[in-house]
Amino acid sequence: MQTGNLLLLLIAIGAAVWYLGYRRSHAVAAPLGGIRHLHSLPSYYAMLAMIWCVLPALALLGMWLIIDDSIIRNSVISALPVAALPTDEVGYNLLMNKIQNVASGALAEDAVQPYVAIAAEHLNSLRRSNTQLLTLFFVCLSVLGGVWGWSRIQPQLRARQRVEKVIQFLLMLSALVAILTTVGIVFSVLFESIRFFGKVSPAEFLFGLEWSPQTALRADQVASSGAFGAVPLFAGTLLISAIALIIAVPVGLMSAIYLAEYAHPKFRAFAKPTLEILAGVPTVVYGFFAALTVAPFIRELGDSIGLSVASESALAAGLVMGVMIIPFVSSLSDDVITAVPNAMRDGSLALGATKSETIKQVIIPAALPGIMGGVLLAASRAIGETMIVVMAAGLAANLTANPLEAVTTITVQIVTLLVGDQEFDSAKTLAAFALGLMLFLTTLALNIIALRIVKKYREQYE
Amino acid sequence: MSKTTETVRKTLARRYRAEKRFRAYGIASVSIGLLAVVLLFSDIISKGTSGFFETYVQLEVTYDSELLGINDPTDQEQLMFADFSAVIKQSLRQRFPDVEGRTEKRALYSLISNGASYSLRDHIKDNPHLIGTTATMWLLADDDVDVYSKANIATRSETARLSESQQAWISSLEQSGDIDRRFNASLFTHGDSREPELAGLWGAAVGSFFTMLVTVALAFPIGVAAAVYLEEFAPKNKITDFIEVNINNLAAVPSIIFGLLGLAVFIGFFGMPRSVPLVGGIVLTLMTLPTIIISARASIKSVPPSIREAALGLGASKMQVVLHHVLPLALPGMLTGAILGMAQALGETAPLLMIGMVAFIVDVPGGPVSPATVLPVQIYLWADSPETSFVALTSAAIMVLLGFLITMNTFAVILRKRLERRW
Amino acid sequence: METASSINDTSEAPSQKKTASDNTNSTVKVNATGSVPMNETNIEYPDKTVGFPLVDDPKMSMRDVNVFYGDKQAIFDVNLDVGKNEVIALIGPSGCGKSTFLRSLNRMNDTIDTCRVNGEFHLEGDNIYDPRLDVVELRARVGMVFQKPNPFPKSIYDNVAYGPRLHGLANKRYELDQIVESSLRKAGLWDEVKDRLHQPGTGLSGGQQQRLCIARTIAVSPEVVLMDEPCSALDPIATAKIEQLIDELSSQYTIAIVTHSMQQAARVSHRTAYFHLGRLIEVNDTRKVFTAPDHRLTEAYITGRFG
Repeated sequence: MQTGNLLLLLIAIGAAVWYLGYRRSHAVAAPLGGIRHLHSLPSYYAMLAMIWCVLPALALLGMWLIIDDSIIRNSVISALPVAALPTDEVGYNLLMNKIQNVASGALAEDAVQPYVAIAAEHLNSLRRSNTQLLTLFFVCLSVLGGVWGWSRIQPQLRARQRVEKVIQFLLMLSALVAILTTVGIVFSVLFESIRFFGKVSPAEFLFGLEWSPQTALRADQVASSGAFGAVPLFAGTLLISAIALIIAVPVGLMSAIYLAEYAHPKFRAFAKPTLEILAGVPTVVYGFFAALTVAPFIRELGDSIGLSVASESALAAGLVMGVMIIPFVSSLSDDVITAVPNAMRDGSLALGATKSETIKQVIIPAALPGIMGGVLLAASRAIGETMIVVMAAGLAANLTANPLEAVTTITVQIVTLLVGDQEFDSAKTLAAFALGLMLFLTTLALNIIALRIVKKYREQYE
Repeated sequence: MSKTTETVRKTLARRYRAEKRFRAYGIASVSIGLLAVVLLFSDIISKGTSGFFETYVQLEVTYDSELLGINDPTDQEQLMFADFSAVIKQSLRQRFPDVEGRTEKRALYSLISNGASYSLRDHIKDNPHLIGTTATMWLLADDDVDVYSKANIATRSETARLSESQQAWISSLEQSGDIDRRFNASLFTHGDSREPELAGLWGAAVGSFFTMLVTVALAFPIGVAAAVYLEEFAPKNKITDFIEVNINNLAAVPSIIFGLLGLAVFIGFFGMPRSVPLVGGIVLTLMTLPTIIISARASIKSVPPSIREAALGLGASKMQVVLHHVLPLALPGMLTGAILGMAQALGETAPLLMIGMVAFIVDVPGGPVSPATVLPVQIYLWADSPETSFVALTSAAIMVLLGFLITMNTFAVILRKRLERRW
Repeated sequence: METASSINDTSEAPSQKKTASDNTNSTVKVNATGSVPMNETNIEYPDKTVGFPLVDDPKMSMRDVNVFYGDKQAIFDVNLDVGKNEVIALIGPSGCGKSTFLRSLNRMNDTIDTCRVNGEFHLEGDNIYDPRLDVVELRARVGMVFQKPNPFPKSIYDNVAYGPRLHGLANKRYELDQIVESSLRKAGLWDEVKDRLHQPGTGLSGGQQQRLCIARTIAVSPEVVLMDEPCSALDPIATAKIEQLIDELSSQYTIAIVTHSMQQAARVSHRTAYFHLGRLIEVNDTRKVFTAPDHRLTEAYITGRFG
């Protein structure tokens, strides 16, 4: 039976247990003179019985699904004739794929070696019995749990407390997902990166000036010198992010100031949500806009004044990315500017300062930490932005500071290296994870600093 | 007049100029932002509107059973494999009888889309008695014809990818009124295709639907549960602080990192299949969870403590207070946050590229574990395609996606206005 | 409706603080036990302000002042003169419009969108609300000290130097140094801060901060200093210092002070104006107001029957 069907079955069994538990709690209460002599409400007893029924079965299902595949694989492999045993990991994966294809019928049996056909047969029978066993254990466990829970219903049972304990435990598990995600991210990028650094030295990766992972595809060239120097990527990322920030920070900050301090409320009510539309537009749309509208426009503009502009210039990607970040900067700045107490404004105005003098000399200095935090968060966004650069920036790793040339970024390379079929242990694939590690560490550092500054700033005025 | 007044007066003109300048910077900045919105949308709309229409060519079609290779009209299999393209080629030859030579003929045949023969087949399958008759049919034109016919008459020959004789044929068809533009229904009914005139969004839309389904089913309950725990139950200790720091940081981690996580953990470690909405949904869940948790916590916080105290005072347990009072009151705010999180997830592309949802998939997915792509990835794929008419299609697809997002955001705003209580 | 309620917020917010400070400052206050009817219908307002609201040679003169917040009228037909180098105290129960009136004297009410001011305001013959008159210049001439000390998040020196720098009052560095020093000396703060002029002004104690704000105001050499309950956020010792300072400053500046503490009004002011629900009830010599007021509302207020 499929997992989905098992879950449906579990819901049915659980509902039945709930109903029976509800009936039983009424039944045990009757001789005592009604349900008010029970410790808890009948629904809590029913719920407790249902928990006994559902949770262990679910735990079993989860564990089973995690481990069954590798057990079956091992069993299939160990049943193979010794001569056919693969020697390395690549061969193992190939063989396993072949067996699976035969088993699923995608590959004809007579097209492969006889031992593969036998293994496929073996695999199929194992899978069948696996499913049967799982269904059997699953149903037994849920029913047994339900019966156990049902039988424990007694008037003095502190059912409510137990149910609440279980719920609270589940709530805590949900909160732990955040930690698990972080751990998952760290492990996924760290492990693959360590494997990458086994093939390419970290110094070469961090300080090398040459990036051409495609040439390293051939076996004799793996980790050949100079292929994995990431400096051009870092430089490209910085260049595009810098262009984006040069656009977004002044425009975003000044818009926030204008809308918060000058604009008529009606204009503000119109302009603020309109600007925020920019934040809701998917990045793939910006990428399309950058690649098909802005980049050709900039190139033509450059041609008309005699500048040669690459068709995938850093300027186009940076410009559009800047537009994307404007609402981000402006809403964060708006938050911190409105958090500056009115007493500051009054104090300055009462001394005869004009509005702009008040803003420039009192409000912005007072809001500066908050604004800095916002800028750092914006920088972290620009560095991690993927789709715009994938669609509008180049693939070739140029080490240049000229915004009219094409550069590539960390995210572009991650996407290029990982999209399509790939093997998990080629240096090319692993390089993507090493880049991911760099990206994660950089943005993490920026985020932590920014969040800390913003938090301090908020506390100052609370 | 005092000395102060005198000095102040001297500075006034300069200071007011600075004031005006500062204001002008502000107005310029807001204008730049607003201009960007206008440019973006007008660009997409101007490029995309034509994508909702397709060019059709009217031809006299003779369902010659010999050409079709059908001798028994009741045999479904014969109908299925009948050579309808031969019929179309014959009609073209009849329309332009003076076309000679292999290359010229091939050029002529390429005016009509490959898909036209399928629509003829479906037409005949429904009406087998038409075999042997002649009828006037509107046939789907090839995408190059589509681009050419939609382009500006005056300048189109400069940019066209059509040969001069092809352009002449089209002009002749246009003059006799045999070229028409119709609503592009295939955009909303077909899956992806290499042929722009046949390519549709439906497969990607269904893929997006399944992905969002998984995301909603996981992210909303987990997000709300985590928010409830952190706001109501969590002890003030190091672990709780650590969870909070984690959530705030995850909210700012680049989305592509979540793609790496999905690739390494769900596909690499747990052996889940590539390209399926289930994995996409899980990855997007992890990505949107911080947003949902943060907004859910804010709406739980906005429930006044007096209500908790009132319920506690009546002897309710902490859990009962939360389930009976706090959650129902905080629900509208949580839903608003969840919808906004979903809108973010619906437009997300990068992490899905990592887990292989970028494959070329023609079939409309049947469930959360069948290979699929999603709307934004479809946009990415089309934007990368070399055919000119994919530009219009991509823009049309963007308009559809933006339509969904605007609907979701509007809904969230309405929900917030309608249901949210002010204390 | 929303605008109306927000106005209430702005006008009520200070009044809540007044009540709080009242409890600590006022000792004569006795809870009203129905002796004075507080609802508006039973109070007979005088047609004209009783006492002597006008003086012969006024520094500022206000005629027929009406102030509105949206639809709500906060000040009704007030006529008042402020004499040269005098300290005038504006007193009255919470929400009586005394702060609103004070803020209209240097057009600080301009910063509140819904606020509308009618009437004639003259500062030595210049019409304050004349569109041709510059508000920046006006505020340089009429400075203001607020209820809560609001030093800028800058150094002590920069706080005081802020106004002179804005207005270009000092051409040289040493001139600015002189202005800062003399202002701090006048505010009685010099000895306490001269060694830490470049530390943030927010690091000072509440009373020191308020004196810093006063120094900041007088650094511009204004003609009039408006003080909006300058001591309500301060402890009694800091209050005493500020009161002493007001006394010293009165030789050079014209001062209008809003206060919620009657003792304070009695101690620092020459004349006292009593406001009640937006109307100016009585203006008299301070001694007269506190010993033999002309109007029974004034009497009721100073004897603590309401507040």
